[in-house]
Amino acid sequence: MSETQTDRTLSSFTKHLRQTEISLPAHLITTSLNELNGKSFPTTRSEAWKYTRLTKLSKLSPTLASKQDGTNGTPFAIHSTGNFLVLENGAIHLDASRFETVTGLTIKRFSECNAEELQHIGSLLTLENEPFNALNTAYLQEGIFIQIADKVQIEAPIELIHLLSKVECSATIRLYIHVGKFAKAEMTIGTWAAGADKSILNAVTEIHVGEGAHFTLQKLQCEDEGNFQICTEEITQDKDSVFTMHTVTLNGTLVRNNVRVRVNGTNCETNLYGAYLLKGNQHTDNHTVIDHMMPHCNSNELYKGVIDEQATAVFNGKVFVRKDAQKINAFQSNGNVLMTDTAAVNSKPELEIYADDVKCSHGSTTGQLDEEAVFYLQSRGISERSARNLLVEAFIGEVLDKNDNQDFVAKTNAILNERFGWER
Amino acid sequence: MGYTENELAKDLENQEYKFGFVTNIESDKAPKGLNEGIIRFISAKKEEPEWMLDFRLKAFVLWKEMTEPEWAHVHYEKPHFQDITYYSAPKQSKKYESWDDVDPEMKETMAKLGISMEEQQRLTGVAVDFVMDSVSVATSFKSKLAELGIIFCSFSEAVKDHPELVRKYMGSVVPVTDNFYAALNSAVFTDGSFCYIPKGVRCPMELSTYFRINEGGTGQFERTLVVADQGAYVSYLEGCTAPQRDENQLHAAVVELIALDDAEIKYSTVQNWYPGDKEGKGGIYNFVTKRGVCERNAKIAWTQVETGSAVTWKYPSCVLKGDNSIGEFYSVAVTNNYQQADTGTKMIHLGKNTKSTIISKGISAGKSQNSYRGLVQIHKSADNARNFSQCDSLLMTDECGAHTFPYIECKNSSAKIEHEATTSKIGEDQIFYCLQRGISEEKAISLIVNGYCKEVLNQLPMEFAVEAQKLLAISLEGSVG
Repeated sequence: MSETQTDRTLSSFTKHLRQTEISLPAHLITTSLNELNGKSFPTTRSEAWKYTRLTKLSKLSPTLASKQDGTNGTPFAIHSTGNFLVLENGAIHLDASRFETVTGLTIKRFSECNAEELQHIGSLLTLENEPFNALNTAYLQEGIFIQIADKVQIEAPIELIHLLSKVECSATIRLYIHVGKFAKAEMTIGTWAAGADKSILNAVTEIHVGEGAHFTLQKLQCEDEGNFQICTEEITQDKDSVFTMHTVTLNGTLVRNNVRVRVNGTNCETNLYGAYLLKGNQHTDNHTVIDHMMPHCNSNELYKGVIDEQATAVFNGKVFVRKDAQKINAFQSNGNVLMTDTAAVNSKPELEIYADDVKCSHGSTTGQLDEEAVFYLQSRGISERSARNLLVEAFIGEVLDKNDNQDFVAKTNAILNERFGWER
Repeated sequence: MGYTENELAKDLENQEYKFGFVTNIESDKAPKGLNEGIIRFISAKKEEPEWMLDFRLKAFVLWKEMTEPEWAHVHYEKPHFQDITYYSAPKQSKKYESWDDVDPEMKETMAKLGISMEEQQRLTGVAVDFVMDSVSVATSFKSKLAELGIIFCSFSEAVKDHPELVRKYMGSVVPVTDNFYAALNSAVFTDGSFCYIPKGVRCPMELSTYFRINEGGTGQFERTLVVADQGAYVSYLEGCTAPQRDENQLHAAVVELIALDDAEIKYSTVQNWYPGDKEGKGGIYNFVTKRGVCERNAKIAWTQVETGSAVTWKYPSCVLKGDNSIGEFYSVAVTNNYQQADTGTKMIHLGKNTKSTIISKGISAGKSQNSYRGLVQIHKSADNARNFSQCDSLLMTDECGAHTFPYIECKNSSAKIEHEATTSKIGEDQIFYCLQRGISEEKAISLIVNGYCKEVLNQLPMEFAVEAQKLLAISLEGSVG
């Protein structure tokens, strides 16, 4: 019998992996193992994976690779100051990292956490029918626990990089971030590859934004083509808090982002911004859920993408307003530009509303660059290629302009210049 | 104190179904249940040729293999397919010689529905094919249409008189294997309407069918096939009502539209099946497959006003196969009490320069759930395809829900797709503005709701627009003046 997607069970994917040695709550491990036992990878028949094929990924049997001596994280760094953590192939690389003592900031490994601290981990993560979350629990390699004390403002962004450097290896990492009451902090996560191919990063980030706190998460996804990335962000917001997230996807064979924000307090603000510029055979899938559980909140969502060559993109954004969560303003917008006929985009903006006194809207557009605008620029002596690049830059600029972290934007632009040959 | 939204909500709750009367006509029924024997019985009753029976039996075999779809945003107790009577015909075997021969009680039913044949014949010039529980009982204006070469008859007549056309087109748009309910319909359909407009003919009047479920415990499975040959035009109206019954009745219809080169079909529906009482008891399950295919330069426009049914699951779609073809979908869906609607459209762009427009307006009241689910699919071959979608939802109470699930799939870089959706309640500022101008609160709400639906109601033919407005008024009585 030929091997098809459905024949590939999750157990053949995990055969070279080791069950976690981190003492997470036992029931989570049991549930995860049950979820994985005898199950296969989800297929496009499942609604959550309708537009993303896992065939290539399911054929892999990745191994565990250790970190290498002499790894230098600096070329990948976005910020020059502040705490900088390097995780190579799923293992923390202390030599390549930079630690600075900041009052009110605790960064430690799960293995250094006490039982009480470990108890919070995974408490809100859905394991049922979420094989990647189950894998991230049962086969967890490394966990980083970050705590920001109440009323503390951390000036320099905390930076973390995921680096894949081996062929067909698996990196399974969990982050738990607790932002204390009225605290303010920013975090940058970069995903990179150097010499890796057919490797997979499975990263789960759990964030608890406390009352009145402000937290910003920036993600720059820049693995080389050939690698896979499944990211899950599970966020809970308490009252009066502000959570902002920027996701910029520039490379990777398959990048899947699952973002779920539970707005569990009144008077919160949630901002999700995403930009994806794809070419080659890349595939990016952004799944977002904003779950408004309490009244008087605002949420904004803006995702824009430029899809070139044979690349494909998926956007599935859901705004959920629960019963009695009145006075919600939720806006969601998705824009796509297709550069070639071989590129494709699937967009599914959803609204599910159970309260009446709300203002919710979504919009989705798909099109191409305005030929008249290209012509106008050409008539001003700008080459066609530059004209197109300029228009793409302007299109994506709407998202990047929302980001006031200059280091992050500068790095993004530098990669775009190199990757898309933007002339300046 | 003026008319408040709470009062409006209360009024909506107390709204009873106005078409809840049962016509006491003896009907000719098949025994309950579904098996090959029943299908043979239906086929024999309808004096069908062998090929038709084969089609049914094949569909039945396929249906047995299929499972009921569960992806829609609706929750209901699944129908028990063995408890349904699949054939129920009013017991009058004799064909009517003239309109006067028709059973007076049946005439009265029609009159109550507001489609009195006499009136329609005399005043409006609308030809009506009236389907009561499966069998078409009267067709008017047939001769006048025949002069133009237009065929407008019941489906069973078409099977007998125009087998070549039926065989050619039946199942070509909605194949038997399309979905669970389409397969069921293909196996057990009892009647429906057939319409063929010859080349270059512009149908001079609006064609209309009125469906009504009368017998308790029966399912209605009708099939409509409309073929507009090259350059032809037809406007087709369909209306549905059912008497008040406690059990949930099943309605699973299939509608196929074929617009050949340069043809245009306008298909309008006013659906007012019994929605169940205010406790959510009873009501019709409306699981309908409607689809049209457009050849070169052809146009299909679906317009629907959905106010009835306990559960609605309906997606009138257009396959824009030919270059320059156009698909349109205009919908108003009103849900009240415990009604659930999951409705929308599919626009499949295959040809070059194809255009589609989707305007969907949902109004949720009571404890109802109203969902828009739509698909816009641009294939690689569809150069310069254009789509515009707008889906608005209006929420009347804090216990109802309004949802939007659009699927947008694009594989062509020259396509332009726009989708926008909003969900809100009637703005207090809008009401305040009206009050300030001396308009009462009730009138203000009515004004706003009417304005909200206007884009869709404007698409309906005159006769239907009046009826649709009446239905909206009934469904949201107290708010629409």
